[in-house]
Amino acid sequence: MRVEIDQDKCCGAGSCVLSAPEVFDQRESDGIVVLLEEEPGDELRDAVEEAAERCPAAAITVLEQ
Amino acid sequence: MTAVRRIVVVGASAAGLGTAEALRRRGYDGELVLVGAEAHLPYDRPPLSKQVLAGAWEPERVQLRTDEKLADLRLDLRLATRATGVSGRQVLLDGGDRLDFDGLVIATGVVPRTLPGVEGVGGVHVLRTLDDALSLRVELLAGPRLVVVGAGLIGCEVAATARKLGLDVTLVDPLPVPMSRQIGPELGELVANMHGENGVHLRFGVGVASVRSEAGRVTGVVLTDGTEVAADAMLVGIGSTAVTDWLEGSGIPVDSTGVLCDARCSAAPGVYAVGDVASWEHPVLGRIRLEHRTNATEQAMSVAVNLLGAQQEYRPLPYFWSDQYDTKLQMFGWPLPGDDLEVVEGTPADGSFIATYRRGGELTGVLGWNSVRGLRPFRQELMKAMAG
Repeated sequence: MRVEIDQDKCCGAGSCVLSAPEVFDQRESDGIVVLLEEEPGDELRDAVEEAAERCPAAAITVLEQ
Repeated sequence: MTAVRRIVVVGASAAGLGTAEALRRRGYDGELVLVGAEAHLPYDRPPLSKQVLAGAWEPERVQLRTDEKLADLRLDLRLATRATGVSGRQVLLDGGDRLDFDGLVIATGVVPRTLPGVEGVGGVHVLRTLDDALSLRVELLAGPRLVVVGAGLIGCEVAATARKLGLDVTLVDPLPVPMSRQIGPELGELVANMHGENGVHLRFGVGVASVRSEAGRVTGVVLTDGTEVAADAMLVGIGSTAVTDWLEGSGIPVDSTGVLCDARCSAAPGVYAVGDVASWEHPVLGRIRLEHRTNATEQAMSVAVNLLGAQQEYRPLPYFWSDQYDTKLQMFGWPLPGDDLEVVEGTPADGSFIATYRRGGELTGVLGWNSVRGLRPFRQELMKAMAG
């Protein structure tokens, strides 16, 4: 799985960090999403899909390889 | 539970689409109908008062999911279609179709309230839909003197966007400070200052007595103190009403707040409400209805699992954010008037701080003003309180 983020859409709610802290973080200044892991392992699939689903700005896309 | 073969979701915005998506993700394989009153594919509303109104985004950018992702959901998508009623286990549509359902999800949202006597007056706008945003944008491009009535989230965000476009903006509200319902009077004062510093004319503590028009177009607003503000355009942001009229006579309980649900977001057997329209019994906060973007998605996930047979109570931590000028406000929790406010990190003078709200010593809310990561421990504490 490959993860794409759209920092321009991100509203800094931080929902993704709650769902998948191994994959997402937030910038200190404005809370905008930072991708820690572009190709997370399968064990993180549920967490990453939940993060994408919860994102209130639809800023996370999960792509299959 | 008997097998669910057809679920009808009425309302194709974040909450409705979110429910459909959550159902598929949890393995629901039956028929899934998504009915939307608007002609647009499901789109996101928070950018409407900001990026879309400012012209920074093309309207297409607000679409919530790509065409491919939507196709993956295998929806029977009925756009530009209104549900007109529910009779037994059938939803009635305005084209005359009747849809049998095993599960019904009510996600019809809210409509903005407006001022009496402005119907049909040119230049008077509300902001809820993409079409509303685009028509207000066209209006703003002509460089009008804009009067914003109502200093809640929508009013404040539109005022900020319009100022950034260089317009002459007056913000009117009967309360003494903006956003006091959302963040309390003390921090509302800071929001007032921010708009003042950015050149907005502030008229707080006065209401609208009447709207003047000539040749069918707005020309000014008469305030309750007798003064008049000239206006070429007006945005009315004075709250909203849940869209429940179509449920009249259906037996599904509604009142003036919305669709009345239990703690599992169920209004009747097999019938759920989600998003702005749902008034449910929050196990910790009591009966509540949240017009918050994150609530639409989280409640959708809860409703989806309950439709599929779970008995999950929905007990979220309320959250909203607002972007005005270069300031990001984020609020977790549900503080009430009279809660004790304390700035615990940074200072308002620095333009970056965190403030907590407490009642009897218990944390009830936390607000970040251009301060994001420092909110996390408070958010965790509030989430624990919501978990009960």
